Amino acid sequence: MTIKVLYFASLREQVGTPGEDLDASPTTVAGLRTLLMARGGAWRSALAQGKALRVAVNQEMAQPTTPVKPGDEVAFFPPVTGG
Amino acid sequence: MPVRIQTQDFDAGAEIAALRRGNPRIGAVASFIGVCRDVNDGGTVSKMTLEHYPGMTEKALEKIVAEAQGRWKVMEVLVVHRVGELKPTDQIVLVIVTGSHRGEAFAACEFIMDYLKTRAPFWKKEETPKGARWVEARTSDDEAAQRWEPPKSSAA
Repeated sequence: MTIKVLYFASLREQVGTPGEDLDASPTTVAGLRTLLMARGGAWRSALAQGKALRVAVNQEMAQPTTPVKPGDEVAFFPPVTGG
Repeated sequence: MPVRIQTQDFDAGAEIAALRRGNPRIGAVASFIGVCRDVNDGGTVSKMTLEHYPGMTEKALEKIVAEAQGRWKVMEVLVVHRVGELKPTDQIVLVIVTGSHRGEAFAACEFIMDYLKTRAPFWKKEETPKGARWVEARTSDDEAAQRWEPPKSSAA
C-alpha cells in the first residue's frame, strides 16, 4: 500500500510535480514531511520548517501530529488565497 | 447542491431568482460578488489563474455552508467559485444567502466569505509586468475569520 501525496500552487512548482504515489510508511504528517525533505534540494527548501505550509489528510485540514496510514491522500500547499 | 466550482461566468440575478423561486417565506436575500481587480500589492495585474484542490474544495465549502446554516436562521445558500484564467473585471465568486430577515442573512453571507478566504483550497497566481507571482495570504483575512470564532470560555 502506498500514500498518495499531492502538491499545489507555488509548492507544486517548487518541487516540480503535482503529486506521486509514495511507497513509504510514515506515521504522521510531520514524519512524511521529514521524509520528503530528506530528498534534499528543492524538496528541502520548499518544505523547510518555518515555511507557511498547510497540510490536508484525506481532504481535511490536518496538523503535524495528524496520523498518516497506507491508502491516505496527503496534500501539501501554501496558505489559501481564493475568493 | 449549494456549492459549484466552474470555469464559466455566472449570472447573479438568475442565480438569486432560482434560489428564491416558489418560496414565499423568504424576506431577505444577501449576496456578495468578488471581482478580479487590475491592481494588487502596488502592481498591475493583466490576468490571474485560479488553481484549486478538486474534491477538497467542494467538501471545505460544503462544511462552511453547513456551519453557517447551523449558526444563523437562514434558508437557502449558494456558493459559486470560478477557477482557471480570469481577467480584471471578471467575476470570481458569488455567495447568496436567503432568510426571513436581513440580519441573519447578512451575517451568514459575511461569515461564509471570511471562512472561504482562509479555509477553502484556492490559490491565485497573477500576471504582472514583472512576471507571474503567487498571491500571498493576508493576515487581515485571518483576522476577519477569527472574529467568528466562539469566545474562549473563561476558566471558572
